[in-house]
Amino acid sequence: MYQYDQYDQAMVDARVAEFRDQVERRLAGDISEDQFKPLRLKNGLYLQLHAYMLRVAIPYGTLSSRQMRMLGDIADKYDRGYGHFTTRQNIQYNWIKLQDAPDILADLASVEMHAIQTSGNCIRNTTSDQFAGAAADELVDPRPYAELLRQWSTFHPEFDYLPRKFKIAIIGSETDRAAMKLHDIGIQLVQNDAGEIGCKFYVGGGMGRTPMIAPVIGDFVPPLQMISYLEACLRVYNRYGRRDNKYKARIKILVHEIGADEYRRQVEEEFKHILTLGLEPPAAELERIKGFFEQPGFDANASDELDLSDPDFALWVDQNVHAHKQPGYAIVNISLKPVGGIPGDATADQIRLMADLALEHSFDELRVTHAQNIVLPHVKKADLYGLWQKLDEAGLASANLDLIGDIIACPGLDYCALANARSIPVAQKISERFADLGRQRELGELKLKISGCINACGHHHAGHIGILGVDRKGVENYQLLLGGCEGADTSLGTITGPGFNEDGIVDAVEKATDVYLAKRAEGERFVDTFRRIGMAPFKEAIYAKETANG
Amino acid sequence: MKIITGSDLRTGDVIWWTGEGWSRHVNDAVEAGEHAEAIIARENAKQIVTDTQVIEATRTDDGVRPAHIKDRIRALGPTVRLDLSLKPADTDAGTWVI
Repeated sequence: MYQYDQYDQAMVDARVAEFRDQVERRLAGDISEDQFKPLRLKNGLYLQLHAYMLRVAIPYGTLSSRQMRMLGDIADKYDRGYGHFTTRQNIQYNWIKLQDAPDILADLASVEMHAIQTSGNCIRNTTSDQFAGAAADELVDPRPYAELLRQWSTFHPEFDYLPRKFKIAIIGSETDRAAMKLHDIGIQLVQNDAGEIGCKFYVGGGMGRTPMIAPVIGDFVPPLQMISYLEACLRVYNRYGRRDNKYKARIKILVHEIGADEYRRQVEEEFKHILTLGLEPPAAELERIKGFFEQPGFDANASDELDLSDPDFALWVDQNVHAHKQPGYAIVNISLKPVGGIPGDATADQIRLMADLALEHSFDELRVTHAQNIVLPHVKKADLYGLWQKLDEAGLASANLDLIGDIIACPGLDYCALANARSIPVAQKISERFADLGRQRELGELKLKISGCINACGHHHAGHIGILGVDRKGVENYQLLLGGCEGADTSLGTITGPGFNEDGIVDAVEKATDVYLAKRAEGERFVDTFRRIGMAPFKEAIYAKETANG
Repeated sequence: MKIITGSDLRTGDVIWWTGEGWSRHVNDAVEAGEHAEAIIARENAKQIVTDTQVIEATRTDDGVRPAHIKDRIRALGPTVRLDLSLKPADTDAGTWVI
């Protein structure tokens, strides 16, 4: 893992001191809320429905056990004993007191963490593949490049007041586990016919009220010019992005309105100019960073054999354990989606337990996934059974990864000031309706994603089944979308028709799964069947003999 | 009726204007009357409350009920964690929100 140098630490420490002073001035009445609000947001501190909410950055979703333990301790010391892992691979605390915020940031800084770039119209915390450095199908480890992006984007003066927030994801595998094409910029590390590594740039994707899949803008940018190409992409956006209308201010609107070809032309022109300025970080710095991401000391004699005689363990291995590039090792996915639970929530004790397990079994590393789960990336297969038993005792062994019970849900109207409807109760009811693991496995891979408003923090556009909560004259109403998908075959979901109330949407989801089971061909996922047979059979079943309350 | 709500500057707690001060309980809220904006301006100046606003509500036999679900959730707490709400012992408290 990357470790701060004196510059990183000095920057973060200075920021803590600065914010402490700002909070003191606010509490003393020396600055108004209008003056203070942008300052607290720059430090990830929002005011939500019940209290202040602190969003802590987890760069490219990677944590050490020491950092994870601190997240658990903060949940106990300053919050109400739990945290919420988000679709940006971050963690949020829902019950923060303003007067405590500087102390929390100081505690975070003591373990090389902060809450910078988790709010505001800047380049947000970069996300990546949760299996980075471990996946069997990986071409290049994206983490050094993600770290370079972190260093480049942190406090970048030119891009600190963009037209809108800006989200970047970077991956190094053919399999996209980071929803890369639904980001403002998605970077995929690829290999050309000559065996050289390059960056493929997808620019102008996003969800929100105008979902778009990013087109390819740069086919093959040399890795050492990645930063210059990013500068060019951002500069064109910063110059022409709409600042007059926040709903049209994201880069996807610019790319769409002027067209990918014209945007690419302008980026290439700017790129040529930037290359003359020598803005690239030195190659030695990238090499220095790579040094932090060396392969851990794997046991070359580790065995691939597993005793699967315990049927519950066998189910968990089949569903939640992923192939590792190192023989004898595996990637463990810890589902934060127990039946009837709150997606992404973990208690302080659970957080600390996962930290301990990472230290003991995963070379001191954890990852947060955009699906609101936790990954232990490097676990010896011989340790899996003991690890599973400890997870099971703590309620962390749900064997439902990528099944219908593995629901992504934003905090929704239970917590969020922007939300129009509650997301979590819908997730809980669906989770309970499909509680039977055998039924979930019969349905196979089925990604269900719920957002409580059009901002789409719950990624509903990208769900095989998506649910969007809306406000209809003060009453919660839920729209159903089918056919969304992230990954190599990214697609956007289509609304089925009139919306439903809370119970109605659960029934509608079940009817959609019934159609899938009746119509699927061999080997088809839900989304594959939808693509083949279209909306009509689903719509017919969902609305048959039902009067939708919308 | 129109009532005034805001958040405690220090804690972020949801609070309601009682006519004399601020309360954590929506049932203590009073009709803000025609001077609501003046009350908000005066209270904001004291730097103890933030994010103040006037909202619609009705007074029922059960107390004051904000008109919008968002404000009812603010008044109670998260419906999915009633243990953290203002009515932790009332397992049916969530139905009041809906």
